[in-house]
Amino acid sequence: MSDKTTTPREITFRVRRFDPDVDTAPHWSEYRQHVHDGMTVLEALHQLKAEQEPTLSWRSSCRMGVCGSCGMFVNDLPQLACQTQVLHLGTDVVTIAPLPNYDNVKDLVPDLAPLIEKHAAVKPYIIYLDQIEIDSPTGEFIQTPDQREEFSQFTHCIKCGLCLAACPTVATDPLFLGPQALAQAYRYTADNRDCGMKERISAIDIFHGPYQCHLAGACSQACPKGVDPAFGIQLLKRALVLDSIGFGKKKPSVAKIMPLADVVKAIEEFAPPPRTV
Amino acid sequence: MNSKKSTAYNNRLGIKGWVYAGKYTFERYLYLAHRLTGMGLIAYMLLHILETANRMRGVVAWEGLMGLFALPLFKMIEYALFAAAVFHALNGVRLLMTELGFFLGRPKEPVYPYSSSIKRHRPLTYIIMALASLIIILGGSSLFFP
Repeated sequence: MSDKTTTPREITFRVRRFDPDVDTAPHWSEYRQHVHDGMTVLEALHQLKAEQEPTLSWRSSCRMGVCGSCGMFVNDLPQLACQTQVLHLGTDVVTIAPLPNYDNVKDLVPDLAPLIEKHAAVKPYIIYLDQIEIDSPTGEFIQTPDQREEFSQFTHCIKCGLCLAACPTVATDPLFLGPQALAQAYRYTADNRDCGMKERISAIDIFHGPYQCHLAGACSQACPKGVDPAFGIQLLKRALVLDSIGFGKKKPSVAKIMPLADVVKAIEEFAPPPRTV
Repeated sequence: MNSKKSTAYNNRLGIKGWVYAGKYTFERYLYLAHRLTGMGLIAYMLLHILETANRMRGVVAWEGLMGLFALPLFKMIEYALFAAAVFHALNGVRLLMTELGFFLGRPKEPVYPYSSSIKRHRPLTYIIMALASLIIILGGSSLFFP
């Protein structure tokens, strides 16, 4: 619960404005408002819109770091506005701009279409080649906790796009697949149920693919969910190298199917301990 | 009513986003230095071909050129080239090792405060940079105080 008993501090907000119907280039506007302890940048923007600037536009939804809508360039770093407390920034002037490396639709609204297109390009879903098994399953795919941990970290991506805004390679190479898509490519490639390396490789092992990454680490610094996309890219590079010299994962034998009759037994084996209350 | 057609503004950072590392971490600066030294070494390769091609213009032209390169300014440029080559080579070894998945740790469930692979491989980064600094200093002492 935020502490609103302390005296609010006056902060200057420098907000980048752009109205495509009027402006040819963005400009900066300054607003002063009182900020109390615990107030997030998103809350400050709501207050600013209610009290001073009703035409100010941005995109947001959940207000709790889950939907990934409110990514902004706050004090020269890409951050989620809902997870960034104004007073924690430690400056009397807070600059807020739309995420760089995306087209700016209006004020603080970026066009995230390239993020989604790149994400879709790497086939971000489990590919299992035995269509007969898919159509008429004889059992369930088995995944141990260790197998799950190989990629679990990368499943936490909320597609906020902060990593592409932080990436210096994306800044100069618009076709670079970027940290989000490449980390997701690794997420599915590393899944023991997936057999899609051969299908996915034509989309990822390209000039604008993982080898354009020189480990600046800015994406991992910006990621608000601890996904560490730079790590995913390095692991993807290793998977591609191993695959190219014949030491890649042997598919589809890795994905084991357990006969349905045995599933109940397995569930008991991995069942949580009995309830105590 | 304004008749201007609505178009999004191109907000790509371009070269500025590549060159300006701002508030990002140490590795972001190494990224910049790696690319700058890489481009510098490529430029040197081209100039080196031009330089050695002067041998075809005869001994007098060649020795004149060598006399020019003996000036203190060119000594400094030579040292900068040496430093760039050492940094690029050793940082390249670091990148090769991380690209093969070494020194990055294992993937694990993200629990706040998050730990990133960048932080986990930082000891390697510091060792490599210390080694590069040592070689550059030793190289400088042998170049300027033979």
